[in-house]
Amino acid sequence: MTNLVNTNINGDAVGFACEADETLLDALRNRVGLKGVKEGCGTGDCGACSVILDGTLVCSCLVLGMEVEGRTVETVEGLSNGAELHTLQSKFIEHAALQCGICTPGFLMAAKALLKNNPDPSEEEIRYALAGNLCRCTGYDKIVRAVQATAAELREA
Amino acid sequence: MTADTKFTGQTFKSVGTRPLRPDGIDKVTGRARYGADIDLPGQLVGSILRSPHPHAAIRAINTSKAEALQGVKAVITAADLPDLTNGNKELFDILDNCMARTHVYYDGHAVAAVAAVDAVTARKALKLIKVDYEILPHVTDVDEAVAPGAPVLHKKCFTQGVEPKPKKPSNIARRSEFGHGDVDAGFAKADVIIERTFRTEQTHQGYIEPHACVASISPDGSGELWVCTQGHFVFRQHCAELLGMDVSKLRVTPTEIGGGFGGKTHVWAEPVALALSRKANRPVKLVMSRDEVFRASGPTSATSIDIRIGVTKKGRITAGDATLRYTSGPYVGMWAELGAMTSFACYDMKHVRTVGLEVLVNRPKTTAYRAPSAPMAAFAVESVIDELAGRIGMDPVDLRIRNAAKKGTRSSYGPVYGPIGIGPTLKAAKEHPHMSAPLGENQGRGMACGFWFNFGGQTCTDLNIAPDGTVSLTVGTIDVGGARASLALVAAEELGIPYDQVRTVVGDTSTLGYNDMTDGSRGTFSSSMATIMSARNAISILKERAAKMWDIPVEKVIWEDGCAKAVGKKHGNLAPLSLAEIAEAAPNTGGPIAGHNELVADGAGVSFATHICDVEVDPETGRTQVVRYTVIQDAGKAVHPTYVEGQYQGGAAQGIGWALNEEYVYGDDGRLQNAGFLDYRIPVCSDLPMIDTQILEIPNPNHPYGIRGVGETSIVPPLAAIGNAVSNAFGVRMTHVPMSAPRILAALDEAQAAASEDVETA
Repeated sequence: MTNLVNTNINGDAVGFACEADETLLDALRNRVGLKGVKEGCGTGDCGACSVILDGTLVCSCLVLGMEVEGRTVETVEGLSNGAELHTLQSKFIEHAALQCGICTPGFLMAAKALLKNNPDPSEEEIRYALAGNLCRCTGYDKIVRAVQATAAELREA
Repeated sequence: MTADTKFTGQTFKSVGTRPLRPDGIDKVTGRARYGADIDLPGQLVGSILRSPHPHAAIRAINTSKAEALQGVKAVITAADLPDLTNGNKELFDILDNCMARTHVYYDGHAVAAVAAVDAVTARKALKLIKVDYEILPHVTDVDEAVAPGAPVLHKKCFTQGVEPKPKKPSNIARRSEFGHGDVDAGFAKADVIIERTFRTEQTHQGYIEPHACVASISPDGSGELWVCTQGHFVFRQHCAELLGMDVSKLRVTPTEIGGGFGGKTHVWAEPVALALSRKANRPVKLVMSRDEVFRASGPTSATSIDIRIGVTKKGRITAGDATLRYTSGPYVGMWAELGAMTSFACYDMKHVRTVGLEVLVNRPKTTAYRAPSAPMAAFAVESVIDELAGRIGMDPVDLRIRNAAKKGTRSSYGPVYGPIGIGPTLKAAKEHPHMSAPLGENQGRGMACGFWFNFGGQTCTDLNIAPDGTVSLTVGTIDVGGARASLALVAAEELGIPYDQVRTVVGDTSTLGYNDMTDGSRGTFSSSMATIMSARNAISILKERAAKMWDIPVEKVIWEDGCAKAVGKKHGNLAPLSLAEIAEAAPNTGGPIAGHNELVADGAGVSFATHICDVEVDPETGRTQVVRYTVIQDAGKAVHPTYVEGQYQGGAAQGIGWALNEEYVYGDDGRLQNAGFLDYRIPVCSDLPMIDTQILEIPNPNHPYGIRGVGETSIVPPLAAIGNAVSNAFGVRMTHVPMSAPRILAALDEAQAAASEDVETA
């Protein structure tokens, strides 16, 4: 049975129809058109589909679409302020923290969630906070550096 | 290769700088379109039914119930992909792998497919397809497959490359041999000989983006395909041939690619999606699940390698001999051959022999994985060389320096080397501060070398000057690691204009001539060569136009700093004409200005690397952590050094995962037991340290800028570097990759038991 879900996505009131067994990942991609949310595994192991749900980082493949009724969802598409990139986004480009880029939306959301709770993370804290996100291109070195650079800049701001 | 492509030793303005990549903003905002992000009006969802058996004959397939399900628009089997391969064995194997015909050969082998209005209906339909299998004995292990009495996959498989032809079929599909000299004579001169057998388990490329495509075939026989691929022209060729289409009538548009590492050099589901679209007369989108990616798309080989190396007390390698058995899945490959070619490529050897055996097993068809086949061979060779160094009391770096190949060395696989980087990377390693840094408790340091050929191949590019003087560069090689930025730098360099005035795009198969795929680290090497030639062609036209505008002979015009300049006493006082001015005048001087080039990029310079690695082993659990890692590699010329570093780091990380943890695990039932990222665990952020890099630049004489491929070599040394580090920490020689915690613990326990036995005997 198809259900109507009313939610807030990236600051906008959004309604979408979805099946009872449909994941938030599928709903975001196929019903709402937010293709920046990526599917790498569908089992919560790769983090490519990471979104922030009511302030908490989740794998959208492990959440049902119907569960976001009345809640707040943040995806990579809402990260920048219009044409002005979020510091994480610009630092990821500057530090070459992406190659193929398929994991990047998930990493950005995970890093955002980390920095909100911990504005001055150690390298180890960054590495553990991002351990739920798989990247096969970079070896993580430049991702960690981009997050460190972002944290430093946001602390000064 | 022509005189135009020779290295000239010029100085650079743009090449070697580190500007931002053109695809960056799209990739951080979610705008970048990958394989699964393309949608077409009226598209259906495709899904594939896969064999649960590792080996079976297909007696019958009944699709009638699936066809009758509401919402199902097409069901296909091998009958809908008839054999049009006309005796082309390689193409037939591709077809048979995409859709099983008489037999299934591995757990995950495709047997049928459906296209339906949505995913739920497609999944329901798959369950309604009845396949009648006759289950056959299977073999998944490389050594078991070559043992007497093993189930033989193909009754007509008689080992190629053996004279006389064997009388009995076997799972050894092909034998290849390389080398020179007389290994027996070489071993006779050795003071120390070590002979060992090594094993490496099968790993997957592990790209985060599953295979995905959208196929649309029109009733007029033309078609379109959007797909994440490393080679859209190759995909077009294979798909068109398998579907019986004219090649030019299939337009393949590459999407952004979410990682490939060799795994997206091969068609898997694309011919199936096209066949579904043809039958349903609607566009079909087909996206693999992660489970399907592991079970049915290209892992690398599992291997078993016998190796023997001899050395004098003074540290001269006298001979090397290796027999390499590589699995290639159910179809013959060239994986053992590549292993045999690369084994001893780092060394200057008088007597060397390598034999490669391609072994058929009931596992998915082996596909290229970054420097395919080289890491396993390097694991064996570099482990034994380290052990030999220990036996003769020589520093392992010095032993390697003593025997390193150099310009003029006849390589173990045949060709004579030009200027190469193995010696310089070893010297840099010896001098690197990492080499002398103190180690902590339970830590060990290892090092190892690696080699990769690098490929060239068919390439063409289009360089169009826009009416405002900015430049659009269209290339036919897929950008997997930042090539669009690098190629824009090359165009900017040649034209003498700023980087940000060049935009590189990857053209579809209908906008450019044929290009080989991005493999063998060829993308930037080959396309930069074609880009340079395209730019030079454009410059000659720009000079002609300037001459026309000035009304002077073209011989009196030169191109410098992005401008046409008049030279000579008579005209030298004319103000230079900028690219923008010439472009603006183009409508009146002869029309649009463009440079085009097509070539076979020969002379890809071979690539070498040396890695240094520190590990810490927990003696209670065997868990091993890499605590420091350094990559030193020759790039020829690093066009965009940051992205070169990225290749070095990424390859090292994949090698570390392979060395310590990643492996395909098959049960006795022949089924893959860990087809997901939870159980096939690739390195995560907290598993790794920062990965230091050092770029050396030994110019490739066969490229105008000295460029060599950089993408693959970095995955070659880690297996051995880590094995050597573990050995140096605990005195145990690891011979089985991955060196997972249980294997290391077992080795430690065994060493301890042996030590206490020695004490008791004493």
